[in-house]
Amino acid sequence: MRRKTKIKATQLVLLVAGLSLWECGSRLGWIDPFFFPAPSSIMGRLAEWFSSSDIWFDLGVTLLETVLSFVFGITGGIVLGIWLGLAPFARAVLNPFIKVFNAIPRVLLAPIYVLWFGLGLTSKVALGLTLVFFVAFFNTLQGVREVNPVVLANARLLKASKGALLRHVYLPSATSWILSSLRVSVGLAVLGAVVAEYLGSSMGLGHMIAQAEGVMDATGVFSGLVLLSAFVVALDAIVDRMEKRLLVWRPNQDHEEAELATR
Amino acid sequence: MEGLRKANAVELREVAVRFGDFTAVKEVNLDVADGEFVAVVGPTGCGKSTILNLVTGLLPAAAGAVSIFGKKLSGLNDVAGYMLQQEALLPWKTALDNVGLGLVFQGLSVEEARKRAAPWLAKVGLKGFEHRYVHQLSGGQRKRVAMAQTLIMSPKIVLMDEPFSALDVHTRRLMHRILLNLWQEDKRSLIFITHDLEEAIALADRVVVMSAGPGSRVVGEVRITLPRPRDVSELATTNEYLKLYRELWALLGAEVEKSYGSQDVNIDKVDKVDIKETQHAA
Repeated sequence: MRRKTKIKATQLVLLVAGLSLWECGSRLGWIDPFFFPAPSSIMGRLAEWFSSSDIWFDLGVTLLETVLSFVFGITGGIVLGIWLGLAPFARAVLNPFIKVFNAIPRVLLAPIYVLWFGLGLTSKVALGLTLVFFVAFFNTLQGVREVNPVVLANARLLKASKGALLRHVYLPSATSWILSSLRVSVGLAVLGAVVAEYLGSSMGLGHMIAQAEGVMDATGVFSGLVLLSAFVVALDAIVDRMEKRLLVWRPNQDHEEAELATR
Repeated sequence: MEGLRKANAVELREVAVRFGDFTAVKEVNLDVADGEFVAVVGPTGCGKSTILNLVTGLLPAAAGAVSIFGKKLSGLNDVAGYMLQQEALLPWKTALDNVGLGLVFQGLSVEEARKRAAPWLAKVGLKGFEHRYVHQLSGGQRKRVAMAQTLIMSPKIVLMDEPFSALDVHTRRLMHRILLNLWQEDKRSLIFITHDLEEAIALADRVVVMSAGPGSRVVGEVRITLPRPRDVSELATTNEYLKLYRELWALLGAEVEKSYGSQDVNIDKVDKVDIKETQHAA
């Protein structure tokens, strides 16, 4: 407990020191507030945004896009991952195609999606979905293939049917992999939505940032970034809760570092 | 009907198993009567596990015949329960749910399976551990859960492949006591694979010795005349036990040497170790 307090205190000190240094530097003219607006002006801008109701609309749009691409991407990835994990023939056949698709820098699909699906919601969801899908797919595939063979043999000896094996052995075994993919996916779903908004849209956080950039308003861009990062942290906390609930069977470990490394 | 009942639970007749050019076992003859506890001992790599895989039907015999209760085995053996050597519990299920796993696979509801699994956990001395996950159980407790998981399905033939080899001596003795109690309560045919003579003598009605591989076969057997119920921890000091131990070692010792010889190990050294082990056991 004491160590925890110490860590928290140090974190607070670091935060305050960093922000004050930035603030002072900006006020004393060490750094140009045109490119690096002071924290106080960013806070001011955020307060201004939240004083009108428009911001909630934009946040809502981005959230909807994020959730949709997250849900569809994850579902598709898990289904395909389980299928290919259990079907070695299909896996061998599809392997090169998946590799090629995976090699495409997917953010660059955004212009194509705008061409195909227009400036509305669909193109944003399509991009987020594409980003999320591959992460979920590869993690599920890995999880299914890494099932402990002894555990599997034992379940077979107890006469488990194929469906029972999937439900009681493969899926739970893949859960920790799937969950770790969820955490990465949340960030990617937001990324997809915001980048697509940035490239062409009339609403959402990405649109707000694009607008601010268009008028050389660095404060607006920074405020958008702060808002986005708070957005992702909040979604992350939800996944965190899910993970704790689904993985009660696992000995307590500190996964945080490993997860940050995969980001 | 009467004839059926008299039939041996397991009969292996001149059975051979080959993996490509490699002959794992050949000319194996083994009978296990209904309700009999047979231990199979042999040097490392002699194909002891192969015998179990034959009885489960996982492995087809290249020659000879496998009969279960008088019927030739084809496909999987559905009256056998198999307890594996390694950890095989589902870590995402509690002790209770692991015990009831086979019942759920049979189509029972989870609630019903739990209801039936609870008394089995108590039988293996784990009352109060129902809701522990596997990582919260010790090695011996996990083995007990695995034992209950196998026995709850009331298999007519129980197969155990060195189930307690990873445990320390004291825990192993505890496992022996629990296993003997359960077996005496409801006598089923049991084939118990081990490399530990002490364990084999303490548990079995009959100990079968296999020769060194490849192409190993049954080289002899010793009927264990020790009275039941046996007190596993006191057995080792009795004269009868020592006599049986020597008799078995006379069969097994030569085979162990052969198997070490084929592995290019310095025989002199091994010999000394073996003698020491024997004295220690005595």
